[in-house]
Amino acid sequence: MAKLKDLALREERLIGGHRLCPGCGHSIVIRQILRTVENPVVIANATGCLEVCTTVFPYSAWKTPWIHSAFENAAATVSGIEAMYRALKRRGKIKPEKEIKFMAIGGDGGTYDIGLQSLSGAMERGHNMVYVCNDNEAYMNTGGQRSSATPYGAYTTTTPVGKIKKGKQQFRKDLTQIMVSHNIPYVAQTSPARWKDLTDKAKKAFDVEGPAFLNVLSVCPTDWKIPTSMGLRITQLAHDTCFWPLYEVENGRYKINYKPKKKLPIEEWLKPQGRFKHLFQPENRDIIAMLQEDVDRKWEELNRLATYESSTA
Amino acid sequence: MGKRVVMTGNETVAEAVRQINPDVIAAYPITPSTAVVEYISQYIADGLIDTEFVTAESEHSALSACIGAAVGGGRVVNATSGQGLALMWEMLYIASAMRLPIILAVINRALSGPINIHGDHSDTMGARDCGWIQLYSEDCQEVYDNILQAVRISEHIDVRIPVIVALDGFITSHAIETLETEGDEDVRRFIGDYIPLNSILDIKNIVTYGAIDFQDYYFEHKRHQLEGLHKSAEVIKSVGKEFGKTFGREYGFFEGYRLDDAEYAIVVMNSAGGTVKTVIDDLRDKGRKVGLLKLRIFRPFPAIGIAEALKTKKVVAVLDRTSSAGAQGGPLFNEIRSALYNEPTRPKAVNYIYGLGGKDLTAEHIRGVYEALERIDKSRKIDRLVDYLNLRE
Ligand SMILES: Cc1ncc(C[n+]2csc(CCOP(=O)(O)OP(=O)(O)O)c2C)c(N)n1
Ligand code: SF4
Ligand SMILES: [Mg+2]
Repeated sequence: MAKLKDLALREERLIGGHRLCPGCGHSIVIRQILRTVENPVVIANATGCLEVCTTVFPYSAWKTPWIHSAFENAAATVSGIEAMYRALKRRGKIKPEKEIKFMAIGGDGGTYDIGLQSLSGAMERGHNMVYVCNDNEAYMNTGGQRSSATPYGAYTTTTPVGKIKKGKQQFRKDLTQIMVSHNIPYVAQTSPARWKDLTDKAKKAFDVEGPAFLNVLSVCPTDWKIPTSMGLRITQLAHDTCFWPLYEVENGRYKINYKPKKKLPIEEWLKPQGRFKHLFQPENRDIIAMLQEDVDRKWEELNRLATYESSTA
Repeated sequence: MGKRVVMTGNETVAEAVRQINPDVIAAYPITPSTAVVEYISQYIADGLIDTEFVTAESEHSALSACIGAAVGGGRVVNATSGQGLALMWEMLYIASAMRLPIILAVINRALSGPINIHGDHSDTMGARDCGWIQLYSEDCQEVYDNILQAVRISEHIDVRIPVIVALDGFITSHAIETLETEGDEDVRRFIGDYIPLNSILDIKNIVTYGAIDFQDYYFEHKRHQLEGLHKSAEVIKSVGKEFGKTFGREYGFFEGYRLDDAEYAIVVMNSAGGTVKTVIDDLRDKGRKVGLLKLRIFRPFPAIGIAEALKTKKVVAVLDRTSSAGAQGGPLFNEIRSALYNEPTRPKAVNYIYGLGGKDLTAEHIRGVYEALERIDKSRKIDRLVDYLNLRE
């Protein structure tokens, strides 16, 4: 697998000058992923922060072919591009020097919620694409409303903290598991906090024949209410508390890629983030206990399913 | 040379698609258009065509995939009806704004609710402002001819606009008719090779599609798009002529049937045209000066030609196979009346809503309309500007 130095020397395909907030995880994730592929990559990007901030007409930060058409259909859009690629190649109308790779990008809103159907359809049809979900656990582009990826108890503008309700009242959807159930060749959960984990998984995802899905925890300093410089350090806490386990499922085989030396209590992940501040008031401590229980149960389950293979950088 | 064949409307669509042999089809089944995707699937299974078929999981995704395929630089076809077109609505605007030549056969179906599977024009009329060209077809022959011309129109360098070819659900889609189809080679020669433009698969010339336009560009880009749609009229006309020269069936924006010297005219689209023609022949035998303007192109709306053709009539009835809730009559009526408004002399105009949810329109109803037009002419009075045909009140 590639060395950091080599990856850093690869040509940049998402360049600076875009309007993402300082410290936004999205550009870190996508730049790291794109560095792992030497082939041309054609991208369809769902509506969301990444899309809006990188292509304000007449500018574009993309040095790779890119399309945004709508919010819920990145996977369907790539389905069409990839089908056209196969048709034109078969008919001898294009003769690419290197195989073109296809990638769809959506936020958690564009993937867990409004785009779930088109994602599911594309994966079931078996298109050759890597779907990357930039999961920042809410609808950030519209100012931070809840999604089905928002954790229990989190403050969002549609799950505010009030006298009666204390943030989101539901647990998050486990999309990674849903994707595993599609029986596609490669599914992984990762984050930019561990560059090697992310880039190794991206490379595998691009290498498999058929669909691959990467669920990437992508920090949003603005709406997680954290300092812009702390994003990746806080993301690491999601791994150390086992809130966001790093694992992959290759042709049905589960592998955990990171086990913290000492599994930290969930408070460590919650504490630095403004969106969980209210949970530390004495009357809301039971919510933290519930979150801990949930994490423990899922971590145990995952350990039952998986073997361990470190991707430690 | 062409040959005479017997086909349903759906089979006709599929046959035209077989001859086009598009690079990609993405579609989702819905009554009454389902047979189209079934025929095409069979052609692919039998190796008659080598099109990539994206069997999308919804119409929204089907059109999204068509958009993806079209930016990939090849020929793209889709077919749908009613709810399917409604579900595509968001993507219709995006396809036309990206100037993508996509062919969409719409087998007209009434929009829910209540749910209904039969043909009216509420689906395509609901999509009338989406920036697509809309061609309407009276019978299987026109379906076939329109689809072949749609390829040339949409791909023309001055146009690059997606095209809807509409035909009436069941009445045309499921009825068996005789028509003339052309040889595969002749069709291929007529449609020509697809010329890719700004392909997203051209990795040497990197493109960004679908950037965000704020207040400083959106309006200007929209204006370009509107201009392009209006200019497509010239191409529609020249392709219609060339089609006539090549295959012997010429097309314009509309067909006038015994219209030139008519005093009373009916305006319709799609299959009702046939019914009206029968009645006209009958009434003409009795010495009545009646005629028909059967509109083929609803978008871009050929207002000038229509005004020219209708301004000397005494009374005109526009028949809408859709209601435009809360408006002063149907969309066709509003367009026609507006086209006539600035003419120094102009006929009186009334509107009939008919055939919603597949309700029959018979020769008797058309006869009644012509009688009403004569009455209006004599009395110089319009009792009901908007009326309904064959409706229990
Ligand atoms: C059909 C539709 N519904 C709603 C919206 C409004 N909208 C745009 S982006 C967005 C949220 C994006 O959230 P997510 O996918 O998580 O991406 P993020 O901005 O958080 O990266 C919403 C609700 C839209 N553009 N289209
Ligand atoms: S709001 Fe969050 S996701 Fe959006 S650009 Fe800013 S940091 Fe990134
Ligand atoms: Mg989000």
